[in-house]
Amino acid sequence: MRSIASLVAIATTALIAGSVSAQTLTGTLQKAKETKKIVIGFQEASVPFSYLDGNQKPVGYTLDICSKIVDAIRKEISEPDLQIEYTPVTSANRIPLLLNGTIDMNCASATNNLERQKQVDFVNTHFLTANRFVSKKSNNLNSIEDLKGKTVVSVAGSVNLNQINRINNERGFGMTVASAKDQLEAFLMLETDRAQAYVMDDVQLAVQAARSKDPGAYVISKDAFGKPEPYGIIIRKNDKPLKDLADKATAALYRSPEIDTIYKKWFQSPVPPNNVNFNYPLDPALAAAFKNPSDSADPDHYALKN
Amino acid sequence: MNYNWNWGIFLEPSPDGQGTYLDTLLLGLRWTLATALSAWVLALSLGIVVGILRTLPSRPLQAIGTVYVELFRNIPLLVQLFCWYFVLPEVLPKTAGAWLKQLPNASFFTAVVAIGFYMSVRVAEQLRSGINALPRGQKNAGLALGLTTAQTYRYVLLPVAFRIILPPLTSEFLNTIKNSSVALTIGLVELTARAYAIQEQSFQFFEAFAAATVVYLIVNLCVTLGMRLLEKKIAIPGYISGK
Repeated sequence: MRSIASLVAIATTALIAGSVSAQTLTGTLQKAKETKKIVIGFQEASVPFSYLDGNQKPVGYTLDICSKIVDAIRKEISEPDLQIEYTPVTSANRIPLLLNGTIDMNCASATNNLERQKQVDFVNTHFLTANRFVSKKSNNLNSIEDLKGKTVVSVAGSVNLNQINRINNERGFGMTVASAKDQLEAFLMLETDRAQAYVMDDVQLAVQAARSKDPGAYVISKDAFGKPEPYGIIIRKNDKPLKDLADKATAALYRSPEIDTIYKKWFQSPVPPNNVNFNYPLDPALAAAFKNPSDSADPDHYALKN
Repeated sequence: MNYNWNWGIFLEPSPDGQGTYLDTLLLGLRWTLATALSAWVLALSLGIVVGILRTLPSRPLQAIGTVYVELFRNIPLLVQLFCWYFVLPEVLPKTAGAWLKQLPNASFFTAVVAIGFYMSVRVAEQLRSGINALPRGQKNAGLALGLTTAQTYRYVLLPVAFRIILPPLTSEFLNTIKNSSVALTIGLVELTARAYAIQEQSFQFFEAFAAATVVYLIVNLCVTLGMRLLEKKIAIPGYISGK
């Protein structure tokens, strides 16, 4: 890694030399040009955003969007042979690996919020999801009020767990809030009746229910705990060329009909590895967000004005 | 590495409404201490019994001890924890299983039991080594004086054996405290889980894990100091482990 001082020196020299065509690349674009590859951090089990298919290949909705960003990078740095290297990450290690340069982008289902924006940057929102709960039909839990006094589980450290804790404290619901290590374990707790409801982003709930042993036994609540929150692709902070490029590429993608094809491919068709179709229609708020791409962390920004 | 340092993160309010991030770390510490201490009490009680069992002259009792030790020693702690938490309620009769699952703080009790059994084996082995380290003459002299086996153990063997194994027992106590962190996998929100949560919300992983490291260090140093004081206090002058 060159120091900032020498980067500035190189840039100034190039400017003085006056050659218009020679671009001085910085940050990730420079790294991509030098190493002839870009490293994408993906998650192994975040269906259908970023996961391993039956052949252990990384696939997913977010990965498709990221490959469009990489296409734009290839054009920008004139490196048509730029390779993509995929590195599996977990939500625990994705940020250290991003910040130390092991990965260049994290393409999965990370929630964009202001606190995180102090540490990293997010590319234009590619998904919106509201916090809902899934329960067994036999428990007959329809609204949030029905959760009073019940055992509710969510994933440790997630925004969903915070929301449910806050509701419990503020509105005195008397719920037993359990925290599971990850989504699989949380669903297992619901399946084995350790918890009566599992609170998570509604798209993750739909996917897990569809892939469970008995999809028909579960129902996702209509009530949401709050406004839809945005998912974003994570990149390093203070990397303006990459951020601008990624934002431009994704904005162009979202405004074109191609995003509909990509969306249908992952949410409304059979997907690997088991050819399950999640039948998750395009939310009107997301359609509106595609028309006006933004990296805002504020859920109010995406709420439809009815 | 462009890391945005923010040591003030601990004073910022935690999004789950339980005070500042520092408050949540302290909540986690309470659970860690509760789990570790309860598990240690269980481990000591069971371990002493099994350790003695393995040194008794009776073959069947020795066999019971051996089976117990081999079972809980050869399976990884995490696997044992999952068996207690997920498998046990399923193999019990339906009502018992359902009761177990709906127990408030189920993950706490399961963690205490799992870690307690796992560490009891190590205590048992330490005690067995301690007793076997004593010269054969001790036990024979006790029996020759007319003491029963139980009295020999109680008045002759165990007092010295305990003093011998106090240093390795300190290690086992520290291990229990450190092993309490595996409980985060079954949903117990102890110190490590809280550090993970801070890291998830704010992406300030250095600060979060540095705090957890420092807290664990301080707790364990206190334990080490305490045990050393205990060693000095109960040392018998002139004995193998004495002054």
